[in-house]
Amino acid sequence: MTLLVQAFAVARKDLAIELRTRESLTAAGSFAIVILLLFSFTFDPFSDESNEFGGGLLWLSFAFAGALVFNRGFARELPNECLDTLLASPLSGAALVMGKAIANFAMLLVVELVSLIVFGIFYDVHWLSESAWLSVVFALATWGVAILGAVFGAFTVNLRLRELMLPVIIYPLMIPLLIAAIELTNAVLSRQPLSGQMQWIRVLIASDIGFTTLAWVLADTILVN
Amino acid sequence: MTQAIELNQVWKFYGDYAALRDCTLSIQQGSCCALLGRNGAGKTTLLRILAGLTNFQRGAVSLFGEKPRAEKARRKSGFLGHGIGVYEDLSARENLHFFAGITGRSNIRALTDTWLERVGLTRSANMPVRQFSRGMRQRLALARTFIHSPKILLLDEPFTSLDDRAIAMLSELLAEARQGGATIVLSTHQLREALAIASHVALVENGRLRHAGERTQEMLDDPALLYRIYTELGTQ
Repeated sequence: MTLLVQAFAVARKDLAIELRTRESLTAAGSFAIVILLLFSFTFDPFSDESNEFGGGLLWLSFAFAGALVFNRGFARELPNECLDTLLASPLSGAALVMGKAIANFAMLLVVELVSLIVFGIFYDVHWLSESAWLSVVFALATWGVAILGAVFGAFTVNLRLRELMLPVIIYPLMIPLLIAAIELTNAVLSRQPLSGQMQWIRVLIASDIGFTTLAWVLADTILVN
Repeated sequence: MTQAIELNQVWKFYGDYAALRDCTLSIQQGSCCALLGRNGAGKTTLLRILAGLTNFQRGAVSLFGEKPRAEKARRKSGFLGHGIGVYEDLSARENLHFFAGITGRSNIRALTDTWLERVGLTRSANMPVRQFSRGMRQRLALARTFIHSPKILLLDEPFTSLDDRAIAMLSELLAEARQGGATIVLSTHQLREALAIASHVALVENGRLRHAGERTQEMLDDPALLYRIYTELGTQ
């Protein structure tokens, strides 16, 4: 059985549980919306500058909300010692982490879509006409964030203070990704051509490849012990 | 006969504490080894090493010649730990479907149905496990452990807190697995049940293997025999 088939089986299982419990989506979605709402009191939401700071606002709220999703990813395996059962099975560590990343990715995309709708309303930003480019930027950046969250979710799963430790570890590592995502999102929202932003697209692609390789190579070592 | 499991001078430390000390053990294919010992003796650590769930610092371990973390070894083994290892928010059917899928079995749907029927959960197959009674959960855990017909079964205190029906079911499944050539290692405090099905016995005391050998009639007649002999030796 290939790694991808196993990874999708894990992701499908996680998403099925999430659809039933809605633990991560409710928490992360509400949190992202609350952040956007609170910032609308700080900035003038109807100024033209919304397009300039919108990227930063969106990606910071996604990063904060993402931590809630990532924390649940591996914590879901703790009751009934399901993590041990998975690790003793033929499922590879890499497939497990990839599966968690795919589930993180899907859940974050839902949170991002809901946040974008709220952002469009609160800040009077018309992003729908730019949705094709936004999708490309969001997909690239979200995969990087999701795989990073999965790798370090595995790393912190057995820590007593994992809810605290996970964000402390991943936010510094996310900085290049977040800068690139913010720059590109601002460019798209301001309707600037992305041809002038290729360096940021390269940063996203390089981060995605780097973090995915890291997950592949280190997963088993991180998970056992 | 082929050696299914081999441990050679294995040491496992938790910090400075040696949980296993120089353990050497060979288990033949098709045999059933009861791992006896008091709480904290090192039985669970030994099983976790065999299941590839924890590393060890010194020595060598192989399952059919493969390291415990090798995919080939994990494909051949089934592990039942202290937890039942199933998801509360999925149904029994979904749980078995998932675990059969990741073990690479074909014809998963038919296999799932067969095992649901085998453990008497067909009527509650679509109920979330959260709503199951303790006995139903235990039977589902047994189905999950046996669904991929493992060649090596690693069971950590499998009889503990099982109801009568589940004990009967586990004994039947173990007997059937042995007939099919599976190798079984089980840790237990339930001496009578374990010795009744075991072909071999290993006693762990303070991280050391104090005894390893065939189960004898004397042990059946007096299940506490080994404890008496080796605990006394251990205190000398």
